[in-house]
Amino acid sequence: MTTRFTEDHEWITVDGDIATVGITAYAAEQLGDVVFVELPDVGKQVKKGDEFAVVESVKAASEVYAPVDGEIVEINDGLDGEPAKVNEAPLGDGWFVKFKLADASQLEGLMDEAAYNAHIA
Amino acid sequence: MTETLLKTPLHALHVELGGKLVPFAGYDMPVQYPLGIMGEHKHTRTKAGLFDVSHMGQARYRGEEAALEALITADLGLLGAGEQKYTLLLNERAGIRDDLMISRPFEDASTLFLVVNAATKADDFAHIAANTAGRGTLEIIADRALLALQGPAAKDVMARLCAPACELVFMQCGRFEIGETEVWISRSGYTGEDGFEISIPEAEAERIARLILADDAVEPIGLGARDSLRLEAGLCLYGHDMDENRTPVEASLIWAVAKTRRERGDFPGAEVVASQLAEKSCQKRIGLRLDGAPAREGAEIADKDGNVIGLVTSGGFGPTIDGPVAMGYVDRAFFAEGTELDILVRGRARPAVVTKLPFVPNNFYRG
Repeated sequence: MTTRFTEDHEWITVDGDIATVGITAYAAEQLGDVVFVELPDVGKQVKKGDEFAVVESVKAASEVYAPVDGEIVEINDGLDGEPAKVNEAPLGDGWFVKFKLADASQLEGLMDEAAYNAHIA
Repeated sequence: MTETLLKTPLHALHVELGGKLVPFAGYDMPVQYPLGIMGEHKHTRTKAGLFDVSHMGQARYRGEEAALEALITADLGLLGAGEQKYTLLLNERAGIRDDLMISRPFEDASTLFLVVNAATKADDFAHIAANTAGRGTLEIIADRALLALQGPAAKDVMARLCAPACELVFMQCGRFEIGETEVWISRSGYTGEDGFEISIPEAEAERIARLILADDAVEPIGLGARDSLRLEAGLCLYGHDMDENRTPVEASLIWAVAKTRRERGDFPGAEVVASQLAEKSCQKRIGLRLDGAPAREGAEIADKDGNVIGLVTSGGFGPTIDGPVAMGYVDRAFFAEGTELDILVRGRARPAVVTKLPFVPNNFYRG
């Protein structure tokens, strides 16, 4: 499994045709303390670039955009009541949703870790 | 194009402390420091926070007090030496031009000291000067910084720097010395906590700020936590929770209109206020608690049948409440505490309950 990154600071890890998506540690740090995450309903079809989630910090709401096309097959219910997981483990327990990929070739346009680190440097 | 932002006398210190600077009311101001909004908020509620509020407008007024009084809602005849009042600057329709603090220094009782909001200070001062011309003199004080030291440990910090200032009780003021510099201190603030506001000559501001920050109990606090603290304290943010289109009755600030002024009916728009009080039909500012997503300014408030009955004017997450809180204006039928409503957040109805303000009990020192 490899993890890829978007310019909008999401990460995506693919296992078969299922992709797990969250926001990067850099994004979580920029947002500050996350107090609520609004996730989509399971079954929702999203297109790359669609706003599919909203992260609320004390001060402001920030949209999260879909890195690829696909169908939402699972959401992280653990963020309900414990949104701080996004700050504590953004690439672990702080994941947002799982997608069923519609077009795996879309992954090729995303950054690997080295490229992402250069992007935020 | 980059807007040229003004800097307060503490700007270099904010940068040194790792403040994240953002434009606010024309100033380059720290929205937070490395501790973060949540940590800064909780630190202020449990220990003490230092805020730079030098962007606010300071001025002194001398002359016929009746000329100034005619523009505001305080009874200046009842403002004793060493006392401070929260008051409102109104337009002729009783719309709120600004909210401000007015005080009468014990040491110079013929002068009134005013502190107004940053975004409105130019308009306020022009309005006051024009309407008191020939009867009084408004002198803008542009060479003093203003700091706020807030929180339950503020008194202990002050005791170490300037013990006499701890004799002040809530809404009293006086002139003192910190580090051999004369400072003007009032026991007041914008967090709902005990604390002080300290006016300092700009050349000495950074030195005195460092003296205060040297105390282990004190952290620097940015505008982000200032906003969440005042929201939990149920305090209005000018331009959001009230403006020229809202009266003191609507803004639930009728307590800031002196009873004697209401009896005399001699403040701007007094007839509008009197009729609103008699008719009891206008909208009013209330507090709301909700679950889940914070409701932000502009969110619609609906009754349980889905009818939109008001708007959120400030909202966010309350770190001390540990949940979202909001203030907004609703129709009269929905004022009562415990009324169940919905707030529409991104199209989704979030259950909300009308809640008594402040959300967090005030912790003022009244002696």
